[in-house]
Amino acid sequence: MTYLAKPKLFRPDTPKNALGYTRRDYEGAISTLCAGCGHDSISAAIVQASFDLDIEPHRVAKLSGIGCSSKTTDYFLGNSHGFNSVHGRMPSVLTGAALANRDLIYMGVSGDGDSASIGIGQFAHAMRRGVNMTYIVENNGVYGLTKGQFSATADKGSKSKRGVINNDTPIDLVALALQLGATYVARSFSGDKEQLVPLIKGALRHHGAAFIDVLSPCVTFNNHAGSTKSYDYVREHNEAVNRIDVILPHDPISASYPPGSLRRVVQHDGSILLLRKLGADYDPSDRIEAMNHLHERHALGEIVTGLLYVDESAEDLHRHLNTVEKPLNQLRDAYLCPGSKALDALNASLR
Amino acid sequence: MINWESNVFPGILGRVCDRPCEPACRRGRVDKEPVAICRLKRIAADLKEDIHGRLPKVPAQKNGKKIACIGAGPASLTVARDLAVLGYQITVFDNGKSAGGMMRSQIPKFRLPDSVIDEECDYIIGLGVETRYGQQIESLKKVLEGGWDAVFVGTGAPRGRDADIPGRQEAAAQIHIGIDWLAKVAFGHLSNISKRVIVLGGGNTAMDCCRSARRLGGEDVKVVVRSGFEEMKASPWEKEEAQHEGIPILNFLVPKEFSHAKGKLIGVVFEKVRAEYDAKGRRSLVPTGEPDVLMECDEVLVAIGQENAFPWIEQDIGVQFDKWGMPVLDKTTLQSTLPKVFFGGDAALGPKNIITAVAQGHDAAISIDQFCKGKNLMERPPPLTNLVSQKMGIHEWSYDNQISEEERKKVPMKALESALKNINVELELGFDPRLAYAEAERCLNCDIETVFTPKICIECDACEDICPTECISFIGNGDEADLRGRLKAPAANLDQTLYVSTELKTGRVMVKDENICLHCGLCAERCPTGAWDMQKFLIQVAHAGAEVRRT
Repeated sequence: MTYLAKPKLFRPDTPKNALGYTRRDYEGAISTLCAGCGHDSISAAIVQASFDLDIEPHRVAKLSGIGCSSKTTDYFLGNSHGFNSVHGRMPSVLTGAALANRDLIYMGVSGDGDSASIGIGQFAHAMRRGVNMTYIVENNGVYGLTKGQFSATADKGSKSKRGVINNDTPIDLVALALQLGATYVARSFSGDKEQLVPLIKGALRHHGAAFIDVLSPCVTFNNHAGSTKSYDYVREHNEAVNRIDVILPHDPISASYPPGSLRRVVQHDGSILLLRKLGADYDPSDRIEAMNHLHERHALGEIVTGLLYVDESAEDLHRHLNTVEKPLNQLRDAYLCPGSKALDALNASLR
Repeated sequence: MINWESNVFPGILGRVCDRPCEPACRRGRVDKEPVAICRLKRIAADLKEDIHGRLPKVPAQKNGKKIACIGAGPASLTVARDLAVLGYQITVFDNGKSAGGMMRSQIPKFRLPDSVIDEECDYIIGLGVETRYGQQIESLKKVLEGGWDAVFVGTGAPRGRDADIPGRQEAAAQIHIGIDWLAKVAFGHLSNISKRVIVLGGGNTAMDCCRSARRLGGEDVKVVVRSGFEEMKASPWEKEEAQHEGIPILNFLVPKEFSHAKGKLIGVVFEKVRAEYDAKGRRSLVPTGEPDVLMECDEVLVAIGQENAFPWIEQDIGVQFDKWGMPVLDKTTLQSTLPKVFFGGDAALGPKNIITAVAQGHDAAISIDQFCKGKNLMERPPPLTNLVSQKMGIHEWSYDNQISEEERKKVPMKALESALKNINVELELGFDPRLAYAEAERCLNCDIETVFTPKICIECDACEDICPTECISFIGNGDEADLRGRLKAPAANLDQTLYVSTELKTGRVMVKDENICLHCGLCAERCPTGAWDMQKFLIQVAHAGAEVRRT
């Protein structure tokens, strides 16, 4: 970790977004993670995405569980709401918060231990209920805080730093999310911000359960030969299906690509995802094809990244429950309690 | 001693330097104002203990070479110091009574007390330098007959330019040349001035004149300048100090005539002008057509420039002069067309400032040393450089990498009322140690370099993420113009080169824009493999006697 506070001096020509904020305004406290941790890159990507989307920090709630990854919510968006929940219980706390106040942007940050082991039940239900959130798993395949035991996402046959081979079958959270009905599913790599930042932006603008599995090497316990979650291994086996550009309703579309190589996805809030195909013809609107592709490539030893599935007509939990537009926490007594007259009228109608 | 070695006059320069270093200070790129380098040098000089024991020892065995230095100003004294310690026998000639030259005669005592000049000149004279004061040199030819191995001319720019406009002769008694007037004040020949004074000119001499006049009885003192306020030659802080003392600075007024009656000055008539720029950006002052203004006054100080004058150098001895009356010199060696004669300071390349004179003194000393050894003057000794890692532990550096966010500290001053009463009272009190420490903490440690080793970088991007000024980017390679535009924050300062690594594993390169690096070392602290290191760079500019690199 670093003991110094980051100096507040910055260049006079620092870029500012539409709200007049600099990137620095979206940062949090200085990271206490190991130097070189992939998680810090993800925090930086979240800062960049929030800056790009002109998000007002006070409109964001960031929630997390326990673990290295869950510590990171302290390291970005220092002026947003935050909740550090019990181990693996972030999804239910977030679901509750989202039900109470549908106006905020919800960001759940978790790790492979928090989501694939102790909290896998919670993870599953948040996905299938379609909670309107961005669920980011910072996936490094090990329990870093307890000195590098294999986690539930560690690949079978991969080797730990001490030379032990993992014999358990890994859980693929992306496959689970697809199966459980998440409406925006992506995988990325902490060492590739060009891919990661647009994916986070797309997820933040998605109206429904958005899930991003981010491979995030643990430099201390899982960055050696034999690991399948090291910087080198991920770079070698990374097979991106597409690249996306997120275009907000008010932005002019300036990028031009050869016809046929581009797919346009208009999300619920009017934001547009421009998907550039890379290599094989891949259709991210087909859930079954996405699952097939994922398994096929996994069998070949490849790590599929990019926006794997997106549902243009996604619906969220509030739609399913048919709740009122106004956030529940703003409904005052006068609105909730129609008074004794209305009660009398109701009772009379039942007599 | 570090301060003394290349600066030669830390106490003097710490008070009155033109500070070419401060506009260059990188703090000014990320903060409102640069580090107060000049005044920090002053306090370093103020707080030193007796340094006599640390001064270089003069060799008992002289090398037999005799050098004459004409003038006892900063350039000559620098030559004397650099060569005396090498065993040369130095003789300094000056028409004054003591050493210091223009530093003594033209800088008002409230900015630079005599005691400081005495102390710092004495360190040099104390190195066994022979002085011949009170000796006006009338002929270089005669000097050359004295059998010197080399002669150094450091006579400054002794003549003040005059304002040649109507009425100058008639009202001569109330019109003074700025630098001559300052010299009279400096040596106590003059101790008062009339109540209403106009100072013509916008340079630092004009500022010294008006502030001196204010202290000698001038109540209504104003500075009138041809150009606009921004284009004035005076340093911003000197203008500020003059205004602080209640002296108005009036701009865009060209003196037309000294108005007089019965041989007595009434005032100065000015024409109002405005600046116009042609396509090439050259300025011309065009009359606005408004009626001329008469400003009444009792005395005028003319401070519109200084000129060189070498009436004592004969035309036929081999020292050539150009059409502006300046000696023809080699810009590097400062050697004139007569091989054994060297020039330095204002006398060499025209009036500049003290620190330039010192720098030229160092250069001339190297030339003279090479010349006396019969070596090629163009073979200059290189500076000594050194680069050492500052890493002490995981997060420990042997320099202070915490960056102060404080604003520039103001130097404490005497209350204006009492300061204006006595021209010999130094206005600035100087930093106290506490303020000086806080000011020094604002330094961005330019001497600590970020050194990148591509071979061991794993491209985790941690340094790119942590950098507070976004000066590190990992991107695909390209030519410089292309790279500059694609960085995380575009690099607009073309004077600052980019630091580009060799290609990394993924085919990208690391590009660092040094322009606004704070040298906070966070990149190195966040680096898991030690690919970044903070290394201290030391440069010791070559002095006479240093060895020339063998090729």
